Amino acid sequence: MNLQEKRRRKDQLFAVICLASTITGILLLALLLCDIFVKGFSWLSWDFICSYPSRFPERAGIKSAFWGSIWLILLTAAIALPMGVSAAIYLEEYAPRSRLTKIIEINIFNLAGVPSVVYGILGLALFVRGLSLGKSLIAGALTLSLLVLPIIIISTKEALSAVPNSLREASYGLGASRWQTIRYQILPSAMPWILTGSILALSRAIGETAPLIMIGALTFVAFTPQTPLDPFTAMPIQIFNWISRPQPEFANIASAAIIVLLLVLLTMNAAAIILRRKYQKKLQGQ
Amino acid sequence: MNHEEIEISVKNFNLWYADNQALKNINLDIPRRKITALIGPSGCGKTSFIRCLNRMNDLIPTVRTEGEMLLNNENINHKDVDVVSLRKKVGMVFQKPNPFPSSVFENVAYGPRIHGEKNKQQLAQIVEESLKNAALWDEVSDRIDRSALSLSGGQQQRLCIARTLAVQPDIILLDEPCSALDPISTSKIEDLMVKLKEQYTIIIVTHNMQQAARVSDYTAFFLHGKIIEFDETKKLFKKPKEKSTEDYITGRFG
Repeated sequence: MNLQEKRRRKDQLFAVICLASTITGILLLALLLCDIFVKGFSWLSWDFICSYPSRFPERAGIKSAFWGSIWLILLTAAIALPMGVSAAIYLEEYAPRSRLTKIIEINIFNLAGVPSVVYGILGLALFVRGLSLGKSLIAGALTLSLLVLPIIIISTKEALSAVPNSLREASYGLGASRWQTIRYQILPSAMPWILTGSILALSRAIGETAPLIMIGALTFVAFTPQTPLDPFTAMPIQIFNWISRPQPEFANIASAAIIVLLLVLLTMNAAAIILRRKYQKKLQGQ
Repeated sequence: MNHEEIEISVKNFNLWYADNQALKNINLDIPRRKITALIGPSGCGKTSFIRCLNRMNDLIPTVRTEGEMLLNNENINHKDVDVVSLRKKVGMVFQKPNPFPSSVFENVAYGPRIHGEKNKQQLAQIVEESLKNAALWDEVSDRIDRSALSLSGGQQQRLCIARTLAVQPDIILLDEPCSALDPISTSKIEDLMVKLKEQYTIIIVTHNMQQAARVSDYTAFFLHGKIIEFDETKKLFKKPKEKSTEDYITGRFG
């Protein structure tokens, strides 16, 4: 075998390995989805979404969990987005390029990789007990905010640093202040990517179970929360609860709940894509 | 050039990027309402110099300067100088056209707006005047609400000039404004500069010797961070005093 032949073989081999990995991933995901749909689809109905959980599988629904999750995600967004975006603006546009800034940035990257249970423990100590917020929605939202904050900061920072410097120079060159430049040029240009990153971060939050279990979210709630101080449950917790029950029907109900959760997630991701497209079109002036 | 009124007077000016000295003991008097061209090979410090005149170098953290640049008897590089009002007085047009990703109107209105102009009629008038002064109005008057990015490169650069005019500066810095443009757009911008010098002091960095010879009244030749020669453009191009100036303008290096 000459050298060229060898090189060609290696090339092909590598391509095959990559393809195989892709297919394995997709197949496993498809299998999982199939399993969930087969089990859960027949249990899906309007009643299922509009009923509270029950001991009887045929009467059980996810109303409280669904609204709990919605509350949770809105509160988390309201807390984490302004904080995360502001922190990213500070780090990217204001902070001096010093060693301290570097250390802070590296640690934010590290925080993004901390297991969510750890945030749960922190939330329990800090919000549930420390601030005496109890097992309330707001304690859950604050805990999830801690969890998504690093992700929002990182994605916003990347969005900001992708804004071409020529735009900053153009604005500063006209005598704009730093705030004006950020407000009128940099943020609008980075907005599509900030939105995408933030929504993806929030969709991670809506699927989290472990931190909510840590802070003691309830598993059986027969009411929808009215204020942020009410106790709550959320979809992942309800699913976790149903799956762990002995009756086989509850496993199917759990699958139905997973489908609802997936739909919410898909809606959020679709919203991210639509918003990004819209902003980009506006920026390109179409 | 003692018969000229001086707009900016530079005295013993030095500039470092970290430990690397990019400008060495620059002394230069820039005449009012004339075009001063800065020529020289790449890396000779022309752009570093021009970016000091409106403190654009502040954006680079490692820059350190020494010496004076006097504008109305005030040292531009003094730390107490209000950069915002300095940049309002000293406008800048960059090498690559960099319009904002918004409409033609918004591009020009941005400057006056950030400086506090809110009156819509007033803004519309400023925009129209600025576009007319930048010789762009006739080409864009019917699509003033379209994106600036839909304009051609030459139109974009004239839009950038219009945008600068809209804040009513005294001085306009042009950093190789035609390097990304075709000859026709270039000649339009050159004509425009000649027209603008009636009202503005213009400083242009250029790599194009013909351009410097065509449009400028005065020329400074930079080499290795120093000004080798500064004179009336006609004299400098016809009878350079220094050997290296002659070598450069006749194309023996560069």
